[in-house]
Amino acid sequence: MASIRELHQQLLRKERSAVEIAQASLEQIQALEPTLHSFLHVTRDRALEQASRVDAKLAAKEAIPLLAGIPIGIKDNLCTQGVPTTCASHILQSFVPPYESTVTQKLQDVGAVMMGKTNLDEFAMGGSTETSAFAKTANPWDVSRVPGGSSGGSAAAVASGECVVSLGSDTGGSIRQPASFCGIVGMKPTYGLVSRYGLVAFASSLDQIGPFGRSVEDAAILLGAIAGYDPKDSTSLKVEIPDYTQFFTPDLKGKKVGIITETFGEGLDADVEKAVRAAIDQIKALGAEIQEISCPRFRYGIAAYYIIAPSEASANLARYDGVRYGTRVENAEDLMDMYTRTRAEGFGAEVKRRIMIGTYALSAGYYDAYYLKAQKVRTLIKQDFEKAFESVDVLVSPTAPTTAFQSGDKSADPLSMYLIDLMTIPVNLAGLPGMSVPCGFDSQGLPIGLQIIGNVLREDQVFQVAHAYEQATEWHKQAPQL
Amino acid sequence: MIDREQVQKVAHLARLKLTPDEEEQFTTQLNDILDYFEQLSELDVTDVQPTTRAIDVSNVVRPDHHQPYGQREALLENAPDRDGEFFKVPKIVTGD
Repeated sequence: MASIRELHQQLLRKERSAVEIAQASLEQIQALEPTLHSFLHVTRDRALEQASRVDAKLAAKEAIPLLAGIPIGIKDNLCTQGVPTTCASHILQSFVPPYESTVTQKLQDVGAVMMGKTNLDEFAMGGSTETSAFAKTANPWDVSRVPGGSSGGSAAAVASGECVVSLGSDTGGSIRQPASFCGIVGMKPTYGLVSRYGLVAFASSLDQIGPFGRSVEDAAILLGAIAGYDPKDSTSLKVEIPDYTQFFTPDLKGKKVGIITETFGEGLDADVEKAVRAAIDQIKALGAEIQEISCPRFRYGIAAYYIIAPSEASANLARYDGVRYGTRVENAEDLMDMYTRTRAEGFGAEVKRRIMIGTYALSAGYYDAYYLKAQKVRTLIKQDFEKAFESVDVLVSPTAPTTAFQSGDKSADPLSMYLIDLMTIPVNLAGLPGMSVPCGFDSQGLPIGLQIIGNVLREDQVFQVAHAYEQATEWHKQAPQL
Repeated sequence: MIDREQVQKVAHLARLKLTPDEEEQFTTQLNDILDYFEQLSELDVTDVQPTTRAIDVSNVVRPDHHQPYGQREALLENAPDRDGEFFKVPKIVTGD
């Protein structure tokens, strides 16, 4: 499967047109969608039209950006003007955004070709894409298993070659964990690096948009295209965005890498541990200095997160009231009846559960015990990272404690689903950049991911380590047999 | 501990009409989840400042200028029920 740079070269050499590339992507979508269900909505006509505009530029001998003519999947919680945006929820089934998110606008401006909107856990709440109200996405490596979540559709689409790259959002691991389960690269940037304007809000202090790709380079190119200050997002950071591929080096001499001790404890699958330890040896062989780093408060991340994220979600999701957009129940007796029934019928079980947790945690008498306490624990977790980054450049851990599980395995027990976010959640709480890069397969042939965490705005270091490691291995060259 | 009556109260605050089955299920599940949160009491957070957002940016301001919005009709078209240029809702004032 071709990379962004390879496709770009093919376009420049006139070996293939952008329309031909888009058609190949559409054929793959048509062939695989009955099995995979990565997409909720395929934007075929729009894709062909966008591609033909790239071809027109090439015919006119105009220079084209790297992403021009590249097929891309967009998670269906990013608003796209005139194209349905559902968040995989019945309550937004009929919603057609009157505006475009900043990231998709930026991609349109550089000529990237949107193939469609990808499946997700409802409102990005989940770790398996099973809470989607519309479809269950299959893992391309074993279709009886989940692709991970919540950005499972975006991960499966890239892993299976339905598109070249895609966008996801990551609140507690929703890019990195599906990247790990699907054997591709996924990155959550520093909080504030990418504008959230037009991203349907889940937990505003944690949400961040990021790229999926089949290689570190593809992810780096896509991040470079979507990052940057945006006056429409008041949490967006005023920083210069470099070309992240300029930081790639063949070796890692002098690089200081810390292993988070606490992520190698109980509950870690033996195959995952073996693969991640081997990856660390490989990073050492590339010249990096390895040391163990303790983050003693890391393990409290899940509890703090499952107070903070549902609290923010309960406030953010209050807007779905059946008045201005979205679904409304028929024959309501009065306004209150309309609100309560619209929300009861419009939201699925996991979303309701989180609204309930959040509403409880924020309600009178419980605020100090839950929300305030969780925010203080968040400070402690942040301090653990700050201390760690005094002595290392990046931290590494497994991305997830296991490989992809069977569909239906964890859906009956919400808490067991929450626990798979153990390694990724603290990174969101601290706002740091984190990436999952393929580092092997378990005994059943399922992909394993290595998580690389950088300090605030040190995406350069994460990309450097990830790229050097990737180039020294063959994992990213494997593709699922479908 | 959270009991069924509290679950009903929280559901009302959240504007969710739960079925009796959901009330029962949520009572059990919320208790499991709240039990899990108990581990946070192992940490001493006296004198620890809360973190509201991971990367602090302060004093973000912009000129407060009104601008015409070009997609008025597209906004209204999303409404489940409308009357001309108004969003229409069921009756608000009830007998009690």
